[in-house]
Amino acid sequence: MFSFCIRHLPALLIAAPLFTAFVVPLAGRLGSRVRAAWVALGAFATAGIGFALAAKVLGSGPVTYVFGALDHAQTLGAAAAFPIRIMFEVDAFSALMILISSLSSLAITIYSLAAESRQSGLDIFYAMLFLLVAGVLGMVATGDLFNFFVFLEISSLAGAALVAYRIDEGVAVEAGLKYALLSTIGALSVLIAIGILFAQYNALNLAAVASRLQFGTLDKIALVLLAVPLAMKAGAVPMHFWTPDSYAAAPSSVTAFLVVSSQASLYALFRILYTLYGHLLQFSWVTFGWFLIILGVLSAFVGVTMALTQKDVKRLMAYHSVSQTGYMLLGAGVALAVLGNAEALAAFGKTALAGALFHMFNNALYKGLLFLTAGAVFYRTGTRNLDRLGGLGHTMPWTMAFFMIGALAIAGIPPFNGFASKLLIYESVYRLSPFLSILAMVVSILTLASFVKVFHAMFLGPPRAEYAEAREVPRPMLAGMAILAAFVVLIGLLPRPFNDHMIAPAVEALLDRVGYIATILGGS
Amino acid sequence: MISRLLLAFPVFTVVALVILGLGAMLLKRNLIKVLMGLSLVESAANLFLIVIGYRQGGVAPIFTNVPEHPVMVLPTVQALTLTSIVIGVATTAMMLSFAMIIYKKYGTADVHKIKKLKG
Repeated sequence: MFSFCIRHLPALLIAAPLFTAFVVPLAGRLGSRVRAAWVALGAFATAGIGFALAAKVLGSGPVTYVFGALDHAQTLGAAAAFPIRIMFEVDAFSALMILISSLSSLAITIYSLAAESRQSGLDIFYAMLFLLVAGVLGMVATGDLFNFFVFLEISSLAGAALVAYRIDEGVAVEAGLKYALLSTIGALSVLIAIGILFAQYNALNLAAVASRLQFGTLDKIALVLLAVPLAMKAGAVPMHFWTPDSYAAAPSSVTAFLVVSSQASLYALFRILYTLYGHLLQFSWVTFGWFLIILGVLSAFVGVTMALTQKDVKRLMAYHSVSQTGYMLLGAGVALAVLGNAEALAAFGKTALAGALFHMFNNALYKGLLFLTAGAVFYRTGTRNLDRLGGLGHTMPWTMAFFMIGALAIAGIPPFNGFASKLLIYESVYRLSPFLSILAMVVSILTLASFVKVFHAMFLGPPRAEYAEAREVPRPMLAGMAILAAFVVLIGLLPRPFNDHMIAPAVEALLDRVGYIATILGGS
Repeated sequence: MISRLLLAFPVFTVVALVILGLGAMLLKRNLIKVLMGLSLVESAANLFLIVIGYRQGGVAPIFTNVPEHPVMVLPTVQALTLTSIVIGVATTAMMLSFAMIIYKKYGTADVHKIKKLKG
């Protein structure tokens, strides 16, 4: 039984959240306690499978899983010359993303058990939440292009439904519709690109397509059709306009996971640039690298300047998400720009990429934590308007502490995790261009300024009469925040083990294009 | 020449559908018409998948009543299209229900007047 489970971990990774999602309405019939127990069980099972799979990959190399095959060996290697089966290929980079999603999904599910308990329609809420989790896990685990499209659509649909969940006099539905429209257009563009690739290479498997790719005109068109919608879903400027609307309208626990789903799109973007196109871009590595760098710097700067003027705390945090995505694009862009130069790559390219991937992990933790604290404040006060909040530090000390941890981490203050990854980005970007590095630091300072303002507006000042009733939020909400806060502090204090055992293998996996292909097709 | 043009005809149809659909999404003011535009683009994508599955002289992979020495077509794209249609139905249904709720709450389906989001 145990070895059976280990062998089928990649399938269980998707099966567990899907099964949980579809049984939730049945469990809900039996009462709210049964539903809560089932949801908690599903969350723990999904996260446990995710951790086990990630540990296996980080311990003993990439895991491949062929769906519907009795004997996996027969469908890999030489037999994969005709690769039409759906395959999962989980390498160290995917494992990193699975860790992020598992940790985040566990924390937000526990949080939402209390935070959403006063809402109606909870069966659908949890079903959609687990569909979103399944979609994101599938996006990062799959090794098949069309399968990726399916999971992208699952996560977009579930995400849009969750954004609209609170209706909120129609405003949330408007945001949900916007999200759904943009996601669908983006997904259709991805689908057409997949069609273009399939028409030429007769394969949908990422490794098989990568090994056959010629980089003709059609492939260039396909690259644009793939990269632009994924950059949009990741929330990069100038295609960031949907993020504040959807992030603000969604329930906070969902927003925390929408951050992870954006990063899954970023994962796919990196996968396509490094693994699918990889060496074919060699004549234009510098161009593509600088394209990502400019996108990143723009996102970082525009995001933070837009955030400074916001009154709605969740819109403000959403603009900071755009800004943090900029750091990841910046780091990955620097690595891509020096990919042709082995010396520079070893000297600072790898550090830049490590910084980008580490920042993805850290951002999911502290950004999730910040959105959860905003949700906690909304839970007790019923408003997200900074002008109407104040003095909550007296009555909600734990929420205040968690908010401080998140705010210091996002500003890159030691000893929190944001500092560890931002330092890697600063020092490597400095080697390419000192100006960009200084710009990145300026963005961090503006981030700090913005969060000092939020902290002051929400928690400081005399207790307000209208919030005299406000108490600390229920325990499950605190537990959800505590999980994320614990990791924020732990990684901040001990960044080296995380860097050596999770981030460094992920960087190697992302740069090792030949290895990724050989895992499926054999040889090299 | 003519036969090559004829072969390319479905691709032109795909491009025309995409342009019509995107045009409707950008120019129409009624929310339902915007969603119809999206449906057009969706159909274009599905048609494109079917088009690239065409092989001259190939036969459908049905194992009864096959001619001698048949060249069978790999039905991958047809399977993809079915999946894509199902996803399209779900997306359209959800967005139409969003449009209904918006009409109920705002009293209008004019995209220029649906602007409560800001900032």
